[in-house]
Amino acid sequence: MSTVLDPSTPLDPGPAVGPSSSERARRTRVRRALVVLVLVLLVGCAAHLLWDLRGSWAYALDLRSRQLGALVVVGAAVGASSLAFQTVAGSRILTPGVMGFDTLYVLIQTVTVFAFGAGALQLFGVVESFVLDTALLTVFGVLLFRWLFRRHSRNLFVLVLVGIVLGSLFASLSTLASRMLSPDDYLTLQAVLFASFTTVDVRLLLVCAATSAAGLAALVPLLRRLDVVDLGRDAAVALGVDYRRTVTRVLVVVTLLVATSTALVGPMLFLGLLVANLTRQFLPTHTHVVLVPAAAVTGAATTVLGQVVVTHVLDLATPLSVVVNLVGGVYFLVLLLRSVRL
Amino acid sequence: MIHVDHVSHAYTPSGPPVLDDVALDITRGAVTALVGPNGAGKSTLLAAVSRLLGPDHGRVVVDGVDVARAPDREVARVLAVLRQDTRLSARLTVVDLVRFGRFPHSGGRLTTADHEVVAASLAHVGMADLRDRYLDELSGGQRQRAFIAMVLAQETPYVLLDEPLNNLDMEHAASVMRVLRTAADDLGRTVVVVLHDVNMAAAWADDVVGMRDGRVVARGRPAEVLRTDVLREVFGIEIPVVTVDGSPVALHWLPRAGRHPMGVGQRY
Repeated sequence: MSTVLDPSTPLDPGPAVGPSSSERARRTRVRRALVVLVLVLLVGCAAHLLWDLRGSWAYALDLRSRQLGALVVVGAAVGASSLAFQTVAGSRILTPGVMGFDTLYVLIQTVTVFAFGAGALQLFGVVESFVLDTALLTVFGVLLFRWLFRRHSRNLFVLVLVGIVLGSLFASLSTLASRMLSPDDYLTLQAVLFASFTTVDVRLLLVCAATSAAGLAALVPLLRRLDVVDLGRDAAVALGVDYRRTVTRVLVVVTLLVATSTALVGPMLFLGLLVANLTRQFLPTHTHVVLVPAAAVTGAATTVLGQVVVTHVLDLATPLSVVVNLVGGVYFLVLLLRSVRL
Repeated sequence: MIHVDHVSHAYTPSGPPVLDDVALDITRGAVTALVGPNGAGKSTLLAAVSRLLGPDHGRVVVDGVDVARAPDREVARVLAVLRQDTRLSARLTVVDLVRFGRFPHSGGRLTTADHEVVAASLAHVGMADLRDRYLDELSGGQRQRAFIAMVLAQETPYVLLDEPLNNLDMEHAASVMRVLRTAADDLGRTVVVVLHDVNMAAAWADDVVGMRDGRVVARGRPAEVLRTDVLREVFGIEIPVVTVDGSPVALHWLPRAGRHPMGVGQRY
């Protein structure tokens, strides 16, 4: 017990001013973990490109590198943005996916097909329709999240409930709309709604990569403020952070990032949750300058390795999104049951 | 000086006011205790002063800075506040937490001078040797002192605390009050603290403000407020007051305390 107080020397700096030895040890662990993450990602990339390479190398490498690009972009964008979202939401179990974002995507797609017919999806070029999708998703996503956080700011249980209810509401609205589609339109819709990395348009990939890079860059100046936001609204305001503006800016960027990925490959409900929590478990630090880039690397490593497993172990029998949702869903349950720092 | 300029606030538009036209000046350099029954508006007043809550009417000016209008970072260099609910989602060590106190000055990039202030605050609250412990490994009293070290590291002339003694045992409660007392005496901070126990207020504060139903109903030095007639105004019950070693002690825990002066009913 150290209740020893010496009021006669109020501003005498103690012996330890800089980082102590245990703090330095912790930093070394963080650095080591980062190196391991990057190595895992590189090994995954190499495995994806080179494992079981047969036939025309040029053809296979071209196909695989496009796929790899999509995997890395989606993993990095979803990972980094989900971690930032968790911080803003003040909870480790809330990610855009859990809050009904993916079902919102499904709803928007279904309503588009329902209202304008499947022809609408082919009316525009690939890039144009992708930009349109992303824009719609970002606008509706920001509206949804702003509304949620203003109404029930940081009341976790209400937020989780509202997220689940909204998710099922969007899902049943989509089902309703899809029941009324013609069989042809329905088939076209199905192809859009399943996360798929097998066919990726190069131009689309470039647009997506550029948008994601811009989004990730926009997060950088917000990272130090995110550390403070993690303390909660009152503490953040008390420490001079413009809380509402910071939260709004983070939400806009995060929504843009998730929307881009979802529009590129389709919904991956539990990817963000899985990656963000793995990152926090793996790295013993609270600084977002480290956490957010690490989540990007973890995300990319997860999607790439997941795809390697799907391709070579499961022989493409199941799509990556199913595997990620299975693992992520189980992990979500474990988190809920352990209720660590809800 | 903290100048509370006729502040009123209600949590629901039609509901009763939590703050009812409060006008209050708090001068520099003293420890001021806010006391009163539950729901008197003490915490709401503290939240309004620290701009965590925007009141419906009135304004708060601290050293010429209108806290609701001024930029957040500027206000954060004038006043620091510690709220009751200090649950954290991040797992932090003591020194991690205290470093946050430097955020209004450094924006998250700490200089050597910042590290020195952090070390000094830790020493001031007697936590220097626990700096690398995680907060969830600490006792309630240690945890509270770590949070106070963060608020002190903010180096603001004004420090506001909302019931910092909640859930603390006698020894830890006294040690927290001692930290606040020395912050005022040795570091020249102006401390405003919401307290539940009038005797704590009497023993440690220079100035006691009694609130009831959203209004300030009593104000003065401890000896002026700890009187049976004044406490009746604030708490609505009869509390015998005795003098021990020259200090007033309110015997609010006695069975005969609380009887209404007319002899009918308990409390109110």
